[in-house]
This record gives sequence, structure tokens and C-alpha cells, in this order.
Amino acid sequence: MQNREELKMAEKTGRVPVREQDPKVRAGNFEEVCYGYNEEEALLEASRCLNCRNPRCVQHCPVGIRIPEFIAQVRAGAFQEAARVIARDSSLPAVCGRVCPQETQCEGSCILGVKGEPVAIGKLERFVADWSRAQGGVPVEKAPANGIKVAIVGSGPSGLACASDLAKLGYDVTIFEVLHKPGGVLQYGIPEFRLPKQRVVEPEIDSVRALGVKIETNVVVGRTITIDELFDREGFKAVFVGSGAGLPRFMGIPGESLNGVFSANEFLTRSNLMRAFDPSSDTPIFVGKRVAVVGGGNVAMDAARTALRLGSQVTIVYRRTEKELPARAEEVHHALEEGIVFRMLTNPVEILGDEKGWVNALRCIQMELGEPDASGRRSPIPIKDSEFEIPVDAVIMALGTSPNPLIAKTTKGLETERHGCIVADESGATSRPGVFAGGDAVTGAATVILAMGAGRRAAAAIDAYLRP
Amino acid sequence: MYKITRKAMLTPTICLMDVEAPRLAASAQPGQFLIVRAREEGERIPLTICDYDRKQGTVTIVTQIVGASSRLICALEEGDCFTDVVGPLGCPSDFVELPDGALKGSRYLFVAGGLGTAPVYPQAKYLHERGAYVDVVVGAKTADLLILREEMSAVCDNLYVCTDDGSEGHHGLVTEKVKLLLAEGQHYDQAVAIGPMIMMKFVALTLRESGIPLTVSLNTLMVDGTGMCGCCRITVGGKVRFACVEGPEFDAYQVDFDEALRRQTIYRPQEQEADHKCKIGRN
Repeated sequence: MQNREELKMAEKTGRVPVREQDPKVRAGNFEEVCYGYNEEEALLEASRCLNCRNPRCVQHCPVGIRIPEFIAQVRAGAFQEAARVIARDSSLPAVCGRVCPQETQCEGSCILGVKGEPVAIGKLERFVADWSRAQGGVPVEKAPANGIKVAIVGSGPSGLACASDLAKLGYDVTIFEVLHKPGGVLQYGIPEFRLPKQRVVEPEIDSVRALGVKIETNVVVGRTITIDELFDREGFKAVFVGSGAGLPRFMGIPGESLNGVFSANEFLTRSNLMRAFDPSSDTPIFVGKRVAVVGGGNVAMDAARTALRLGSQVTIVYRRTEKELPARAEEVHHALEEGIVFRMLTNPVEILGDEKGWVNALRCIQMELGEPDASGRRSPIPIKDSEFEIPVDAVIMALGTSPNPLIAKTTKGLETERHGCIVADESGATSRPGVFAGGDAVTGAATVILAMGAGRRAAAAIDAYLRP
Repeated sequence: MYKITRKAMLTPTICLMDVEAPRLAASAQPGQFLIVRAREEGERIPLTICDYDRKQGTVTIVTQIVGASSRLICALEEGDCFTDVVGPLGCPSDFVELPDGALKGSRYLFVAGGLGTAPVYPQAKYLHERGAYVDVVVGAKTADLLILREEMSAVCDNLYVCTDDGSEGHHGLVTEKVKLLLAEGQHYDQAVAIGPMIMMKFVALTLRESGIPLTVSLNTLMVDGTGMCGCCRITVGGKVRFACVEGPEFDAYQVDFDEALRRQTIYRPQEQEADHKCKIGRN
């Protein structure tokens, strides 16, 4: 155990605050909200880490980054060394430093958090990744090429993580991506102000390419080519399916087909992938005067904050209370700072429209919390005769997503469960030999880092399956 | 990358292109569509697949200038490249699933409006090659706007032309011609209508009583075309369906055409503004 004095000192020193764009200013632009640490701030924050002998943070990192080890390098000012430590376990540190729910993972288990504030592990990871990228990145050790072809379906977090590990082991890896840009949810889902595309996502994907991974965009696996054809015609020896959970859900309430009702996926894809927020883009986006966003997850926060930046007044409608919001704490905090209105314990029952079929109000009912349900969260119950209307001209549904059924439909012998998720064991092995799967395609919508963890485990399983 | 190997202006506002896309050409089937982007800042534009040459590795697309993005597409020349071409998207036509022998002798009626002639062509061709009897009714505003006439004649038993101004063929709407054919005692096992949403709606109203099954191909708004955005959602038989992955072909008698027509207008103000801007830039 640590020296008691040291623990006490570290607890008393709060974490180094991170500089951010002024909320009033950033509510009108798409520049990144958080500026991140500079060297001085990073050195100071790194000095708070106790370098625990049994680091709980590592156990709670889905990809098992050697956190105290990289922080010790930061503390010593050896930033490039720190980057090398991270690169052994993660190919997307600049992404994860920005979008991981650290409060429930590494930072949530930091011993300093018991009495004080945990080490800002996410901000340190981001600092190291940004610093290293500015120096041209770190060379990663790679096994000699073995010429064995592995196909990856989808270039999102799980696919990129799986591809990186396999490439490091010497495999000949090709990623097939259906959209015109690689990155999956990093590209179409998470907004620029949280995850800059050209400055962060693209260089990080380039670092995966630098390992020798090929990325073919515009290929619809299941239509352009099937998994059977990848095996039979193109000589792939194993396939990893990381096709994500891209199918948007709607509530099934009256009025959802009115003009002005959008899935968060549509709204965000237009703004993020198609860059509709940028006047030079040809893709249109609907900017409502008053917009309601339904849901309480990260996607709801992203859609709300995007609409705000485009000039809308935004209300988030959520059926539970602030305590149950599934979004990252930082996103909720930022949304509130920026002036997003939250209507808690509120559930839509109908979307109302004008005579031309355009949305003009969202009819809601007030809720209260009842007994905890299967998920352990207290389930919301409608309060009788409490219906009311919120005048809006656009409604964005952010209710979660389901896996796309295309791959399962077009691949013989690939089992799925009732929600369309591909059935896979802990290692990613599916019912079909040689086909592995991971990420949201298996679990349903979750986080970037859990998908990356699944991709890494599948890479190890594929290696075990293929190694003679 | 996605090089244009042939371009022909079929009318002053409709162009035909052969585009290199070997994987797509190898897997395309009648009924499916593709998505193109003409430039880096470009929209994803869904287009029907008019033909495919598996040996050459090319697909044939037909585009009509209706706004800023289609204007950009039609401004590309032979030798130029599309930034992106992805597909095939959507489900193939139902008859593709049938064994070839089952199509021999079955009687198909196609109703094509304007640009809808392009997606009808590969279907008629597929059926004709397998011994089905194929009648095609094609409608256009005027004779100069008729497209693919010779190609279509070669893959059907009868090609009936209708023009709004009477400049060729039947003077009037395609629905009138369809009624005349039925009144003559023509019998069909299956009808397919592809064209403007409003035309498909009226073909459905016309044929409903005849009892002939009718399939329509819905040209809804789309972003990704792979089931992600839900922009293409339509109501079929009281259920919400995604045209991009569950369609684009549906049972016409189940489609809520009025809703589909309304949903096509969601981005019209933005589209008009974009087209306006675009023209200023060009002059």
C-alpha cells in the first residue's frame, strides 16, 4: 500500500482544471469544447498519480492500458515514451481520451476518488496522444508479415482495434467500410466539437493504416460482397464483423412520420459525416426554431448540442431524472452550460402537426419513478392526466440503435438473437467457424472503448484460430 | 476510382454514364440502386442502376438535372471520376429470387414515367432474357424527353409511348394507356410502376380494382442508404419501413403515397436555395 502521507497529500490537491471554450462562445461554433492540458498542466496532474502497486484503473480499462506506467512517463517528462506505453494497448488514444466514460471506468476506480478527485486519466491520455501525434507519432513494433488474409467488416472502433492488433501480429488485414469515410461512429456519430475529424480521427485512422492495414470504403458487405465470397473468392481465412448498431429506433407514437421528425442518426450523420454545418457542404440539414430531443444518452446530448450550434432553441426530454441520465457526466455538464433546457420525468406520447404535415408540438406526459426494474434503475411511470404540449417545429429521436440485420441475413449459419445482435462468445467467436464478431453488433449500442476491447479480444482469438 | 468511361446526353437535362465500379457491377441485380458523390463536399445521391456489365466492371446510371447536386453529376465528363460510388443497395426485385424456369411465359406490365424508364430497363431485360412476356408503357412530357427507346424496344414485346402533348404515341397519361390495355383484354400476372411518386400513386389507383399485383420502386430521400438514418421511412400496410434496406420495391396497394409525397419535400427550401446559389456561381 502507498505511503499514507502521500495519499493524503494527493487527496487534498484537486485535479488540475482543464481549459475549455467559453460556453456562450462555443454555443455558436463547432470548434472543440475542451482545449486539453498543456505540458505544464499535464506534468502537474501526472504528479498526483500514486502509481498503485495493484492499479484498479487498469482493471477497469476495457483495453487494459497500463495507466500508472504511462502516467509515470508523463511525470518524468518522457511524453513519447508515455505514448509508446499506450500504443501497446490502444490504437485510438486521442479518441478515447476525449470520448471514454472515464468516470465509470479508470477514473471511477481511482483510489484518489474515494475521498477526493481521481487523477484526470482521460485528459492525460489525450495530452499524450496529441503531443505524440504532433511529433509524428510513435513507431510500433510489428511481427514479420505472415501473408494470412483477414477481413474486417466495418471501420469503427471495434474493427480498427481488431485490425491494429492483427496487423501488429503480421496478418494481412483489409477493412471493408460501407460509408465513404472510415471511422464508423467516430465519423458519423460523434460531433466535431467533441471529436475533431481532420485533426484527431483521421490521423488516428492513418496510424492504423501505417501498420499496413488496408481500408476499402464504399463496400456493403452482404450486398457488394458476401462473407462467403470473402472466404471463397478472395482468400480471406477469417472475418471479424464489427458492423456496429446503426439502425435507429423510433417510439412508435402517432406523428413520427410528420415532416420535422428525425432520428438522431439522420441529424448527426448530416452534420458530422456530411458536414452539413459547414456552408461549403452540399448536404442540407433542417434547422428548427425550437427543437425537442428525446432521450438521455450521449447521442441525445450530441444531437441537442449540434442543433443548438446550428441556431435552434433546444429542449431535452427524458423520462427519468438527471441521476439516471446515461450520458457521460461531462456531456450533461457541457449541455447545461451551453443553455440546453432539460425536461426530466417527461415522456412524449404524440407528435402533433399542422395541416401541411409539419411538426408543431410535442405532446408529453409527466412521469414519476417507481420500483427498480431489471436494469436496477427505477422505472418511470406515467402520472394520470398530466399531459401537456411543448411547442416545437422539430423533434429528434435519440432512443438508441439496433444492429443492422444485413450481415446476419446474408451469411449462412450466423446466429443472431432476438434484438438482431450477433451471437458471439467472450472471445468473439460466432456460430460460424472463422467468423468472429464484436462491438455494438454483438452487444447492442454501447461505448467506443467497449467495442475496442471486444475488437482486441477477437484479434487474439483470430490469431489463436489461424496460427498453425 | 469510379471513372466515367462513357457519357451521353439523352435529352438536354438527362445524362447517361457508364462508371467503373467492378465490385458493384459484379453483384448488382435488377431492382437495386446505388449512391454517388460527385465531389468531396458532395451530397450522397441515390440513383437507380440502369444496367451493369460484369465483364467490363461498369455500371450504367441515368441522372436528370433537378437541383444543385444532379447538376454537378451531369457536369462530369468522360474520363472524370466520381468521388464515391457505393452499392448495390436495397433488395433485388422479387422475381430475381424465382428459378429462371418459373418466369417463362409469365406476363409482365411495366409502367415507366420519365427517368423511371432507367430502372425499368434492367428488369425488363432480365425478364425478357428468361422468356417472360413484357409490355412496357412509357410516359414523358414530350417526345424529345423519351429516353432509352431503342434499348427498351429490344427487351420487350410491346413498347407503348405516351406523351402529355401528343407529340408521339398516346396523347395523355400512362394511366389512360394502362386502362386501354386492360379494356382490350390484355392480361398480366404482375405489374411494376416506376416513376415520379405521384405517377406511382395514380397507377396504383388505376390498377387496384384489376387485381393485378403491382410493385412500385420508391425514390425516397436518403442519406446513407444502408438503414442508418431512417430518412427514407415510409408507411406500408400501416407499418414503418425503411425504403433503403427493406425496399426500394414495395406492394403498391399498401403504400401510403400521400405521406411519401409529403416526406419528399422536407428539404425542398434548402434544395432550392442550393440550386439558386449553384447557378449564380456558374454564370
